[in-house]
Amino acid sequence: MDLSYTPEEEDFRARLRDWLARVLPALPPKPSPDDWPGRRAYDLGWQRRLHDAGYADVHWDGTPSVRLIFLEETERAGAPYVGANFVGLLHAGPTIAAEGTADQRARWLPPILRGEEVWCQGFSEPGAGSDLAALRTRARRDGDAYVVTGSKIWTSHAEVADWCELLVRTDPGAPKHRGITWLALPMDAPGVTVRPLRTLAGSAEFAEVFLDEVRVPVANRVGDENDGWRVTMVTLSFERGTAFVGEVVACRRVLGELAVEARKNGRWDDSALRRRLGRLDAEFRALWRLTQWNVSAAEASGGVPGAGGSVFKLRYSHARQELYDAAAQVLGPDCLDLDRPWALERLSSLSYTIAAGTSQVQHSIIAERILGLPKGR
Amino acid sequence: MRFRLTDDQRALRDGLREALARRFDAAALRAAVCAAGVEGGTESEGTGRRGVGAGSSESGGGGAGGDGTVGSGTGGGGASGSASAGERAGVSGAGGERSGRAGAGGRPVRGAEADGGAAGTRRTAGSPRLDRALWRALGDLGFFALRMPEADGGVGLGLPEAVLLFEETGRALVPGPLVATHLAAGAVPGAATGATVVAAVDGGLVEWLGEADVVRGDPTGAVPLRSLDPLTPLHRVPAGRAAPDPVAVLLTAAEQLGTAGRVCELAAQHARAREQFGRPVGAFQAVAHLCAGILVRAETARAAVYAAAVTADPADIAAARILADEAAVRGARDCLQVHGGMGFTWESEVHLHLKRAWVRTQRAGGVTESEEALAAALSADSA
Repeated sequence: MDLSYTPEEEDFRARLRDWLARVLPALPPKPSPDDWPGRRAYDLGWQRRLHDAGYADVHWDGTPSVRLIFLEETERAGAPYVGANFVGLLHAGPTIAAEGTADQRARWLPPILRGEEVWCQGFSEPGAGSDLAALRTRARRDGDAYVVTGSKIWTSHAEVADWCELLVRTDPGAPKHRGITWLALPMDAPGVTVRPLRTLAGSAEFAEVFLDEVRVPVANRVGDENDGWRVTMVTLSFERGTAFVGEVVACRRVLGELAVEARKNGRWDDSALRRRLGRLDAEFRALWRLTQWNVSAAEASGGVPGAGGSVFKLRYSHARQELYDAAAQVLGPDCLDLDRPWALERLSSLSYTIAAGTSQVQHSIIAERILGLPKGR
Repeated sequence: MRFRLTDDQRALRDGLREALARRFDAAALRAAVCAAGVEGGTESEGTGRRGVGAGSSESGGGGAGGDGTVGSGTGGGGASGSASAGERAGVSGAGGERSGRAGAGGRPVRGAEADGGAAGTRRTAGSPRLDRALWRALGDLGFFALRMPEADGGVGLGLPEAVLLFEETGRALVPGPLVATHLAAGAVPGAATGATVVAAVDGGLVEWLGEADVVRGDPTGAVPLRSLDPLTPLHRVPAGRAAPDPVAVLLTAAEQLGTAGRVCELAAQHARAREQFGRPVGAFQAVAHLCAGILVRAETARAAVYAAAVTADPADIAAARILADEAAVRGARDCLQVHGGMGFTWESEVHLHLKRAWVRTQRAGGVTESEEALAAALSADSA
């Protein structure tokens, strides 16, 4: 068991730190959360800088350890989050890299890496959430195009995306996992309507996407027709490896800030609160170690994240909610003031046990795939 | 990042697991519990004369007092032993070594003397005997001498390996003061080989006082209590609290991790095998999710415990302890729940895991201390 990094990895870390220290002070101010075009420009600008400095493809070509270091250091330095580049860099891009043709890779990958195009994800539907394979958005072949009709939901960055990685049903007669196809949908195609979806936090972080007889060229299909479920699983497994590294680093920082605030407002004298924060510190230390454990496992297995990702995701999403509940205890009545720090994050944290596989689905995955319990319902 | 077991570590762990499967399997566990629970209060004599000759050089007449104190609490038959064994060193040369420790506070080495000779008298009615042959076997495997330098006859390995081995003894519910004896290796003669059984005063409790040859800390005024865990005899001591040794905390966390892993297996096995309403109960989500929760807590604790073994950082150890206690206790409770009515029986082994886990939560100040320590560090870091 070894928690140290190789000299090459440490060298990578040192150079990255040095670069971040030079470039971050020169960044333009962050746009307001409601300013979608501003956010697009800001996030793409950051990706462009990463690209020019040679860090653009760290998510794809880096070893799990290098990805871990990259995410850890960028978060520590307060660098911009992946933001609008998320789907391109972590979902659609890796899928195209793994399953696309040479032409498709040449068309779509360089603009992602250079920070020129934004992708969004059209997977979930109103009737297909946890049961994603039940999706009903229909694609009918018509010459050299698919004609797509249906609706998608929970699509982040849809307002400013150039492309959407879209799952459609091409064979309604087949078993549900076998009739699905993966398409790259140009968001400016006629028949695409985007409607912002306001969350309980008050902001429009998501959108619904309505598709009405939208024509998508057959050349935009990645993988074979009706093979989209398998193609998609390649993408989804990417999310569970190092997806939350930066967030765990950030949560540990928040915990320190909570201690400072509690000392300032006198609530530190409450031993129950102190112990709650102490326990959270243990929790996030453990989650950091679990990340390192999973990264080591991924490295040993050639980069494939195992079911350990479900263990992490489940534990982390609850820990994050507990962190912001503890923040409310630190704040006292001020926790009701949305202008105070952590009040909005507390609301946002409510999505964590739902998004990217609910806690209940994660429990079932663990029960079936790790513990070998019979498939239930 | 190579935060995973090396081949050598895996082999070490598997080796102990196999040895324990041969030497202390489920039948042996059951037999130990039966022996402890059924015999009543007349087993206090016999083989208790293994005293390490503790303190014979300076203990004076304190032994009788120690015995008297304890004897008074043992009820029928418990007080028949005498202090005489104190001088009968089963392991020569141990006396001086130990008296220095146990005689803390300038008192006559009452505890020392008592322990040395007390294998009979300290024992409580119905309390279990320590399997000396198993203890020796563990010694032969290098369990106690694991972290001693090879030059001193040790195995020369480190905390990560120790943690892996304690996880195994935790899994198998091996009875005895394993942590205390391991920590005494190199300091108390015979501890390293398993010839000497060493107990330690921890806060207000001592585990296995009556079976120990040597007690570290001051057990003056020890009174037996009717232990909740049939395989861990306990004495209450009035002694004040010493600062917990972080290594003891870590090894306890490793034992808790072993429990957490074991109850996860037991719960999953039962959920796959037991059928109700025409299907395995594990096919019901309510049951399956309980099992998954046990696994999540165990695997999170595993990362924390192993990392703390690598860094030996007190804050990492405190975190490991918090996670491991939770994983063991909640895991054992949920495992019991998954077992339904059978889980509530004496016959099932589930209660033994829960009870042992509960015993371990009382060591080294408990999680309260760990939580406060982490909170203090948190506020110091950010100040």
